[in-house]
Amino acid sequence: MSNLNETNAPVAHTAELNAELSIEQREVVGLSQGQIVRRRFFRHKGAMVSLAVLALIILLVFSSVGIVIPWPEWGADGFSFAQIHLPGWWMWNWTEPTPIVDGGNPTIKGLFDWGVHPFGQDEVGRDIFAAVMRGTQQSLTVMFIYGILAAFFGVLVGGLAGYFRGWVDNALMRLTDLFLVIPTLVFAAVLGQLAGNNPFMKSFGAVSLAILLGLVGWMSMARLVRGEFLSLREREFVDAARVAGASDMRIIFRHILPNALGVVIVATTLLMSAAIILEAALSFIGFGIQKPDVSLGQIVNEYQGAFATRPWLFWFPGIFIIAIALCINFIGDGLRDAFDPRQKRMPNDRGLWSILKRAVTGRGPKHEVLTPTESIHVLGDPGLDESAGDAGEKKR
Amino acid sequence: MLRLILRRLIVSIFILLAALFIVYNLVAISKDPLQDLIESTAPNKQQLIDARVALLDLDVPPPARFFMWLGGILGFFVPRFDDPNGLFGFLGNHFDMGVNVLGQDVGPIMSTAVQQTLQLVLGATLLAVVIGVAVGVSTALRQYSGYDYTVTFLAFLTYSLPVFFLAVLLKQYLAISFNDFLNKPDIPIPMLLLSSVIVGFITMSIIGGAIRTRLLVFGGMTVATAVVLFLLQALDWFRHPGLGTAMIIVLGLIAAAIVAGLTVGIRHRKNLIITGAIAVVGGALWYPMQYAMTNQIGPWFVWVLVLGFIALGWGAGRIFGGIEKRQIAINGGIVAGVSAALLVIDRVMQVFPEYSKQTNGRPIATVGAQSPQLGSDPSIWLQMLDGFTHLLLPTIAIMVISVASYSRYTRASLLEVMNQDYIRTARAKGLPERTVVMRHALRNSLIPITTIVAADVGAVISGAIITEQIFAWKAMGSIFTESLNHVDLNPLMGYMLITASLTVIFNLIADLLYSALDPRIRRA
Repeated sequence: MSNLNETNAPVAHTAELNAELSIEQREVVGLSQGQIVRRRFFRHKGAMVSLAVLALIILLVFSSVGIVIPWPEWGADGFSFAQIHLPGWWMWNWTEPTPIVDGGNPTIKGLFDWGVHPFGQDEVGRDIFAAVMRGTQQSLTVMFIYGILAAFFGVLVGGLAGYFRGWVDNALMRLTDLFLVIPTLVFAAVLGQLAGNNPFMKSFGAVSLAILLGLVGWMSMARLVRGEFLSLREREFVDAARVAGASDMRIIFRHILPNALGVVIVATTLLMSAAIILEAALSFIGFGIQKPDVSLGQIVNEYQGAFATRPWLFWFPGIFIIAIALCINFIGDGLRDAFDPRQKRMPNDRGLWSILKRAVTGRGPKHEVLTPTESIHVLGDPGLDESAGDAGEKKR
Repeated sequence: MLRLILRRLIVSIFILLAALFIVYNLVAISKDPLQDLIESTAPNKQQLIDARVALLDLDVPPPARFFMWLGGILGFFVPRFDDPNGLFGFLGNHFDMGVNVLGQDVGPIMSTAVQQTLQLVLGATLLAVVIGVAVGVSTALRQYSGYDYTVTFLAFLTYSLPVFFLAVLLKQYLAISFNDFLNKPDIPIPMLLLSSVIVGFITMSIIGGAIRTRLLVFGGMTVATAVVLFLLQALDWFRHPGLGTAMIIVLGLIAAAIVAGLTVGIRHRKNLIITGAIAVVGGALWYPMQYAMTNQIGPWFVWVLVLGFIALGWGAGRIFGGIEKRQIAINGGIVAGVSAALLVIDRVMQVFPEYSKQTNGRPIATVGAQSPQLGSDPSIWLQMLDGFTHLLLPTIAIMVISVASYSRYTRASLLEVMNQDYIRTARAKGLPERTVVMRHALRNSLIPITTIVAADVGAVISGAIITEQIFAWKAMGSIFTESLNHVDLNPLMGYMLITASLTVIFNLIADLLYSALDPRIRRA
């Protein structure tokens, strides 16, 4: 209780208060949880750079070659979906051969000097820039739909299991086990073939593939959310809500879910980066996006034999896959740092560039003075970050 | 405990059956199994269609057909005592995995494919666990160093790297340029200096310490690497590799020193003498072994050699180890095993020039699981070398991504353990840092890693689908892709049966291991 009084104390006590608070506590005084998280996230340079790069990629990809939307049609053999192509500002598309320029070599010379075929052409003259743009569209579509769907089902299953426990938990967790027994890639390949051979689903392209994949990608999220719900439902504020007469739905949506949101958002970014790789792998082995449409994995597969003569057919799609996955991973890292309640310090000296800089200079910022014994900290999240390590240090 | 295992087992079997049922029906409706025949222009089209329908019972609806398939599988458990060929003399005689589209029996096809894939996957997983744990431990102990940040960044990069991209790169660059290098093995001087400096820098970052130690380590390792590389090149070692007595003794002594440094300390005289003697004896046995390891000898000899050495080393440690004989026996076994492995490696290296000639100077293979043209009666050593050159690239491709995740998990887990009170207690009672890390911290931090590795098995096996396709292996991955493409349900279900069973079994093992290793779980 004394803490509460102190935070509400008049200005006269500020000096005394500041003496008791650590530097990092002082930084967050008077801020709501959302504000703290937002601030921490915005200060994460790696995540901010990645967010900007991702936004640029999305803008480039969807504006350059336009989008394809399914359109209902009533033909002679009944109702069906045709595809309409809304063109973008790029002059070529990904299906039609064009006259070969410079032996199909990439014509890109600089950031603003693109030439006719910046990423080159394949042997029949199709523009690889258009193909890569279209493929990246597919990857992004799959990524977002898969991420959102898998997160939704994961939260649903995990939340119900963790909150109600008992037979509901048992049944839902056995269902999760059932889905986990089938390897993701195998399940995805079967569903990919299903989506590729059904004319209705095929007209929706990447969207239907993403929906099908989302239906089988929720298991890790469900386990995570269940664990989170199991621990949160025992907390005092949930008891208080229950005593006050709140319904189950209200407790779940107003009390538990907001507290589990951090974990869910971070796990969603992991799902999304996995989705990029999954879609590319699936198209690579031929069960993802089907021809005549293109996707990045399909381009890599089609041209891997031509590597020695036309390496650009391989490099550009690969670079786009890696760029998107890397961006999502860094954004996820930034979110993890921002949501980590153990972390009191605002992250300012970590992120891509600091990591690189420290890798090159070979020294950490201020941990050098500590002996090896002292610089060993707690780390809860076995993830890619070193955030919780800092938390342990601050705790001491 | 037994009741727990039994309950888990029964639930797992039902989950497995349900998963198989779902996959069977999904695949059956995913595409028309007669599509290629319907589209064909063969004059006897109808006849072909009827033949396939009769062969694969396609007139039976898929859910019912699943139980027909399951009946063939469950035939494994129907005992028949008059036929002694099956397992234990009476099981497995009615086992029937059905036939594929071409009418071939699936069972024999599966068994060779399973062997090849497991060889690939198990090797890659074992290596990934060892390297991943080593990297994780070293980064955790050097937290916030340049080395730690570099590894963190590399882990980020590998997480975002699709395995097929990596595999194609390996195939195009590593295989081709390494083969070119082996044809004309000279290392340019700048390249030699650069790689020496890199090796020196990495060792320095891992060992750490004060600035003086760092510089000493850096200088020493750089010079040593440069000298070794120069000597190897001067002696044309890359074209005529081999170890010989001296190298086996030196490498064995290095192994003994590393093992000592990780367990009882380099100053422990008894351990050093025993393991050192084992290494020297191992090297000295090189000469007589040249007569034993003939071209005609069977694969059993390698097993006998390695296991025999380990047993002898263990026994020596047990007899002469004195008060710490348990630890010294283990160390002796490890060093003896390394010596035996070096003897085998030396023998395999001796056939390298011959192998190189047989493969037209391109020894690192990019296609398939074995060479088709290995002569009429290849020796076991040639076969081992052939297997190794074919396994090299796919193993690296599978390994790299697993190493990234295992090293991160190990790092996180070790850091968490190192902050526990009992570690402080261990330090406070004066234990050396080596004992604190290796015995008190590492053992506990490896508990969660076992679960992660076991749960990963299904993903790794299915991930091999991609790697196998790139390196043109005709193993389980290609069975899966081909049978899915043709809706050929029997081989596909054979694949599923094996993958899903392995997943279930390893998950079960993980659960049991976890409760065996962590007493807190058992009581809960």
